[in-house]
Amino acid sequence: MRLELKSVVKQYGQQRALDNLNIAILDTSCLALIGPSGGGKSTTLRLLAGLEAPTSGSIRINENEIGSDAAKRNAHLKNVGVVFQSYNLFPHLNALTNIALPLEKVHRHSKADSITKAESLLQQFQLFEHRFKMPSQLSGGQNQRVAIARAIAPDPDIVFLDEPTSALDPEMTAEVLDAIESLVEAKKRLVIATHQMGFAKQAADTVAIIAGGKLVEVGDASQVIDQPGTERAREFLNASLKF
Amino acid sequence: MSIKSIFYHAAEGDDALPSRLSRYASFFLAALLLSLLLYGSFAALQYQWNWQSVLRYKAKFIEGWFTTLKIACVSLIFAFLVGAISALCGRARFLPVRYLSTLYVELIRGTPLLVQIFLFYYVIADAANIQNRYFVGVAIMAIFSGAYISEILRAGIEGVGKSQLLSAKAIGFSEYQTFRYVIAPQALRSSLPALAGQTANLIKDSSLLSIIAISEFTLNAQEVNAITYSSFESFFPLAIGYLAVTLPIMRLSRVIEKKLQFDT
Repeated sequence: MRLELKSVVKQYGQQRALDNLNIAILDTSCLALIGPSGGGKSTTLRLLAGLEAPTSGSIRINENEIGSDAAKRNAHLKNVGVVFQSYNLFPHLNALTNIALPLEKVHRHSKADSITKAESLLQQFQLFEHRFKMPSQLSGGQNQRVAIARAIAPDPDIVFLDEPTSALDPEMTAEVLDAIESLVEAKKRLVIATHQMGFAKQAADTVAIIAGGKLVEVGDASQVIDQPGTERAREFLNASLKF
Repeated sequence: MSIKSIFYHAAEGDDALPSRLSRYASFFLAALLLSLLLYGSFAALQYQWNWQSVLRYKAKFIEGWFTTLKIACVSLIFAFLVGAISALCGRARFLPVRYLSTLYVELIRGTPLLVQIFLFYYVIADAANIQNRYFVGVAIMAIFSGAYISEILRAGIEGVGKSQLLSAKAIGFSEYQTFRYVIAPQALRSSLPALAGQTANLIKDSSLLSIIAISEFTLNAQEVNAITYSSFESFFPLAIGYLAVTLPIMRLSRVIEKKLQFDT
């Protein structure tokens, strides 16, 4: 996929989350956004997913401009999947229904097809036995895997993952990263904001470092992480990999 | 087990339920104290009780009790409709509708039911030429209770977390679908205990309809008092009649509340 952000500004009240951000990536199948907390990587991800509109600037994914027009953003949203840091499953629905309901209501599958599809995804993520449990009865890692299943269920063009492991302990982080890795192996196109440098290097083909609302560095994953070209990138990576 | 340990709850922070003996004995003691207090007050009155004459009008009590229940049931249905519509209007994009809902809720909640009954019955119903007082009674109770239900539902709707709305957007739900599949089911569930409580209130508050001569439970009891030249006797069956409905409802409200606590 081809991603292009041109002079993107995103302002939340007084706070400027993105300050004239420019990124152009000609071809990537798994992009990792890394950088310090509050630096703008989650905001970038949300703009790319179409969840929010930029204050100004243009955002293009492949040939589509999705920035300012609400109708275009909503159309784009239906073709992508989003996974959040805090899972955001619907607490009043069980795991199976959390996955099947959007298939049925948004993507107009029949009810039976939706359930079959949801069941096969739960099977794939080793959650089949938990299908009738409510999110409150599942662990964080299980919740997040259900959320990933929900995001990929409609076969989206791109899956966006917003710090999917930041709320999890190391063991659960591993199980969720395994699930994400299986998406990479299945040739899903992913954009992931993450603090897991090792994972970014291993799974992503392209890495963009975003700090202070601007792009610090972008390029081939192992190149950027192993031999960063800028002082700011070196600083951030040294701090991240120190311990 | 010492006497003290029967009547004292375990140290603070201990959530364990007191033993059955403890609970029954303590409840009995509290009830006994209350009864003594009541008994003492009535004894001080030196009142000649005359239960026989009141008992003869048993049918009138029963009839009134059923009328109250009927009015409450029908009012409750309309109150829920009015409250739901008002809660929805409170979220309307068209701002005048939103303010209409706010005005309605504030005015009704800010004035006594008694005033509303007078105004509605003698002014609005009169102007609209509505003759049937039962119809008027149901309308008043529905409008009155609807304002409270509107607030209960509003709180329930606002209680649905922002993260879930974001998630609904990410999934591609339309505004209607978000309301139908995400907001409404959770808002209703979390509103249930308060709605049950409001139902009990509605039943009690309907007693005020007696002032516009609706033959419900309270008016009938007052009439029995008047016919039999008694002062207090009919108030006892009256109180018991209301408690027979409100206690189970309040109990239900608590059970729902507990159940919801475990679920989330």
